[in-house]
Amino acid sequence: MTVSFTKICAILKKEFLQLKRDRATAAMVVLIPIVQLLLFGYAIDNDPRHLHTALLSRDNGVFSRTIAAGLKNSEYFRVDEEVASDDGGRKLLQQGVVQFVLTIPEDFSRNLVRGRGPSLLLEADASDPVTVAGAVGALNGILTTSLRRCLNGPLSFLGKSAVSPLNIMVHKLYNPEGFTRYNIIPGLIGVLLLLTGMMITALSLTRERERGTMENMLSMPVTPIEVMCGKIVPYILIGYLQAAVIILVAYFLFDIPILGSSWLLALTLLMFLMCNLALGFAISTAAKNQMQSIQMTIFLFLPSIMLSGFMFPFSGMPQWAQAIGNCIPMTYFIRIARGIILKGSNFSEIWRNFWPLLLLMLTTTAAAVRLYRKTLD
Amino acid sequence: MSYAVDVKNLTKRFQGHTIVDHIGIRLPCGQICGFLGPNGGGKTTTIRMLCGLLRPDEGEGVCLGLDLGRDADKIRSRTGYMTQKFSFWEDLTVRENLEFVAKMFAMNHVEDRLRECLRNFGLTLRADQLAGELSGGWRQRLALAACILHEPELLLLDEPTAGVDPKSRREFWNEIKEFTNRGLTTLVSTHYMDEAERCDKIIYIADGHIVAEGSAGELMEKSGAGSLEESFIYYIDEVWKGEP
Ligand SMILES: Nc1ncnc2c1ncn2[C@@H]1O[C@H](COP(=O)(O)OP(=O)(O)OP(=O)(O)O)[C@@H](O)[C@H]1O
Ligand SMILES: [Mg+2]
Repeated sequence: MTVSFTKICAILKKEFLQLKRDRATAAMVVLIPIVQLLLFGYAIDNDPRHLHTALLSRDNGVFSRTIAAGLKNSEYFRVDEEVASDDGGRKLLQQGVVQFVLTIPEDFSRNLVRGRGPSLLLEADASDPVTVAGAVGALNGILTTSLRRCLNGPLSFLGKSAVSPLNIMVHKLYNPEGFTRYNIIPGLIGVLLLLTGMMITALSLTRERERGTMENMLSMPVTPIEVMCGKIVPYILIGYLQAAVIILVAYFLFDIPILGSSWLLALTLLMFLMCNLALGFAISTAAKNQMQSIQMTIFLFLPSIMLSGFMFPFSGMPQWAQAIGNCIPMTYFIRIARGIILKGSNFSEIWRNFWPLLLLMLTTTAAAVRLYRKTLD
Repeated sequence: MSYAVDVKNLTKRFQGHTIVDHIGIRLPCGQICGFLGPNGGGKTTTIRMLCGLLRPDEGEGVCLGLDLGRDADKIRSRTGYMTQKFSFWEDLTVRENLEFVAKMFAMNHVEDRLRECLRNFGLTLRADQLAGELSGGWRQRLALAACILHEPELLLLDEPTAGVDPKSRREFWNEIKEFTNRGLTTLVSTHYMDEAERCDKIIYIADGHIVAEGSAGELMEKSGAGSLEESFIYYIDEVWKGEP
């Protein structure tokens, strides 16, 4: 099959001219990500206060009372309950009544005074790791300031020593995957690129068929690969534009930077975009009109958001759902994007999810080229 | 005599209905051939099969010396096809549409050819108008200009003059004659009898069958009709007599 660069460029130019003259679509492409991000983004509470906490104190010494008072006076924690047993604390955590349970062990005060560096146990509902990280930091601060006032006279050596007089042990519960509220940002990039990517290519081809211009195009000597390149490249650029809008808004409005390599992210975006555009292309070969292609897009879109780990933690899904999820490009994209943006993952860390995405890209593209019909029937 | 198109047993079925039923078409090189028949007779379907837009269910033959089944791509690049329904991009200007076509046919000297083509079809002043804003007649003019742009050897025109005023129609036909004089072979479907009379050869098609063919004179003679229009009605009635 021959591929002519001139022909691809001609189709490209045509697509851009049409896009330029279709103001409504052009505006949507940029506005949708901004609006979505603002809606979802403001649901992200960046500075949590008054986190519900239960206190389990097994020590009646002066220091444990100081700590309890310090905790109650802080803006950060709100001590709702004082429980008497481990079980009581667990139950509250499980019910979601409190987010933290702080346990002060027996003989805490005595061990502290003797310089044995006793440990406090903080059990956290870690479905929100960012809050937990913040809370541990805050607890440290509170303890230091409130204890410093008591550690005077003969005990002042404890406050001054380089080693902290006590430890905080943190037990994170309920969130093995480290799901964060910021997960919405990579997820949102995925959702938008998936929806607009599939829809825009599928529509642009079915529109040609509906208006009869496809008949004209098919009567010209042009190969499926040429049509596909010409049709897909503009929408790759649009996809990048949308991703850039989201990332910039996320950075400037919500202080969420990309921790990992931007190049790696761009490469992942390219593969993910290709998957979506090829799917859109494939949809257009099956759809008879624009309405059908919208319906088919939604049909593919729903499992992608439900079973990819965007909505629910992947490991919590039943086996069959995971099996489906494993065939969805979005699953891998979300994992890679979360890794790069939120955790700063490097190439070897994302490789496990990178190659399936690459494989899916090649398969969908090949399928799209094969499905393209060179005739009207 | 050499034929630009020589196909036989061409058949097309849609959902079990045979729309074109084992027809044979021969177009002598350098002639204009009129393709007439009632609505739904199968003209568009036949033309689409000739230029590779529809795959025939049966039949074989050659177009421009190339096999209809195997060399569809090569046939495309040497054929100009004008669709019955306007099929250019309405949100592109006249010039942009023509430029696109020129690039698709991998033409050289695009600029010169475009200028010449715009001038020949009187489109120069409308070159920067959006195709969607053109009136019906001007759209047809653009379509004709586009299918002749790459200097094809075979022209397949599907009702090129539908909705065109009488004066422009005459200009269209002079234009088509002009191409033919340069060696082009043309198959043109039409519902106008005065246009049919200008053709070297006429083919009547009804219900997917070829009911008669020959020059205007021959057809009138064979049917004993006084005019070409009457011969058309005579032949179509013949076909439909058997049906309820
Ligand atoms: N894609 C298709 N699917 C099903 N039926 C079709 C299809 N294309 C054409 N037909 C049927 O084939 C028949 C012939 O159609 P065709 O367009 O070839 O007629 P025509 O001679 O060009 O008519 P007109 O003079 O009205 O243009 C019609 O009855 C039409 O309904
Ligand atoms: Mg027709």
